[in-house]
Amino acid sequence: MEQFISLTLGGVVNGSVYAAFALALVLIWRSTRIVNFAQGSMAAATTFIAVAVIDAGGSYWLALVVALLSGLVMGALIERVVIRPVEGGPELNAVIVTLGLFVAIQGIVALVAGVDERAFVPPFSTVGYEVREGFTLLSLSRNSIWTVGAVLVTMLALIALFRFTRLGLAMRASAFGQEVARLLGVRVGRMLTLGWALAAAVGALAGMLIAGDVSFIGPTFMDTLIVFGFVAAVLGGLDSPIGAVVGGLLLGLALNYVRGYLDDSLLGMAALVILVVVLLVRPGGLFSTTAARRA
Amino acid sequence: MTEAHGSSAVGLSKAASGGGTATGTALLDVQGLSASYGPVRALDGVSLRAEAGRITAVLGANGAGKTTLLRTISGLVRPTAGRVVLDGQDITRAPVEAMVHKGMAHVPEGRGVIAELTVDENLRVGSLFRGKVGREEFDRVYDLFPRIAERRDNPAHTLSGGERQMLVIGRALLARPRVLLLDEPSLGLAPKIVAQIFGLVRQLVDSEGLSVLLVEQNARSALSVADTGVVLNLGRVVVTDDARTLAADEDLRHAYLGF
Repeated sequence: MEQFISLTLGGVVNGSVYAAFALALVLIWRSTRIVNFAQGSMAAATTFIAVAVIDAGGSYWLALVVALLSGLVMGALIERVVIRPVEGGPELNAVIVTLGLFVAIQGIVALVAGVDERAFVPPFSTVGYEVREGFTLLSLSRNSIWTVGAVLVTMLALIALFRFTRLGLAMRASAFGQEVARLLGVRVGRMLTLGWALAAAVGALAGMLIAGDVSFIGPTFMDTLIVFGFVAAVLGGLDSPIGAVVGGLLLGLALNYVRGYLDDSLLGMAALVILVVVLLVRPGGLFSTTAARRA
Repeated sequence: MTEAHGSSAVGLSKAASGGGTATGTALLDVQGLSASYGPVRALDGVSLRAEAGRITAVLGANGAGKTTLLRTISGLVRPTAGRVVLDGQDITRAPVEAMVHKGMAHVPEGRGVIAELTVDENLRVGSLFRGKVGREEFDRVYDLFPRIAERRDNPAHTLSGGERQMLVIGRALLARPRVLLLDEPSLGLAPKIVAQIFGLVRQLVDSEGLSVLLVEQNARSALSVADTGVVLNLGRVVVTDDARTLAADEDLRHAYLGF
């Protein structure tokens, strides 16, 4: 029982990290119908910028703000300069471009920061809470509470943005009906740029949280997360922020049970098995609402 | 199809607005517009005028260039020659997003509802560019179309074809346009609903002084509600005349309009 509780809590923590990453993928998919394979290396880049701030004597929180801002700028720039020319073209073009970006950004990070992994100090203690003598919940620490809380707050903020603000409505209109939105006077180009900027900022947050969770960073430290974040996003249907978070949590739980009851080495395979099964049973993801577009 | 108009108040108000093509001021003046899709020339020197308080029907067979004409006017297709003048202002090169600001609303073919948004959200998108818009303006659209008022919180993909057409026209009205471009509003709708929608457009034109450019394959219905008819064939204007004169011209009807 104790193991089960411990694995469950750990699963929630890992899952919220996958969820943050999935949220970033969903934001881009919603606005431009592109799966951004460069998300991981973009997040690695912003996390390295944050580390530079910390090295220069800044606090974790200042570094977090800088990471989010540099994410915003990087996302907007990438959309404007690299993605815009392939938008609306064959889907494969955009896929190849984001794959190219993935390699290029990772290379730049390695050139600037070096290829060695280095320690990353999380903002809060990672020591698990001691429930009673001899039973410590290793996976429940102050830092893991911060991680889960930050992701939940981000999800709620995004839902509020999309559902209750005029800007959010304009972004949704641009995502679902580009041409109609333009005819109605919505500056669709700006909305797409904003979608990428927001996504990269959420990705930057994911990078900071993951770095704190695993306590190290390197140019490739986000790579395994790409697979898990992608599976989480697909589980949730790729279109829904809530779906991304629920998908992330479910994946986190499932993988942690596999880790705890079976074996660590099965993680990657388990994620893919889950992906295949969900796609077989519900091809649109668990939260698909894209009921037949007839128009 | 046409009988529905003849007996209604809509038919009377049409008579009151008077026929003839020479009266009124041209709100939208299209001058020698040409457009191509690659090597295929879709429009070839099309000129027409749409006046305030009048419906101008653009007719012709499939592939005559009707939809391309509207898409070129609103900037979705860039012309290779010619000018589009709205209220004396040259808008030929203006971006698509700017058209509603200039008082022109384009309802595209295929009932451009945004299926994933609710009915109410669709309407709100139509008023976004104006900043804050009072609830009473939405209520007026819902009064006009009670059928969509009942379904305001439903996703738009649950609407029927006729309801979608009502929604997009209502949405266009929230932009407070002076010129309304309607692309095939009758497509796939039952004759009764077509008559209802055309009757409503007529009422709006008469009461608000709107200018409507109505693209239609359904020439008989369109001519019954329009003031002026423009017949396109292979991207060229074949004839421009009073709608009743066109409807009475048997040769023309047989050659281009198919009824």
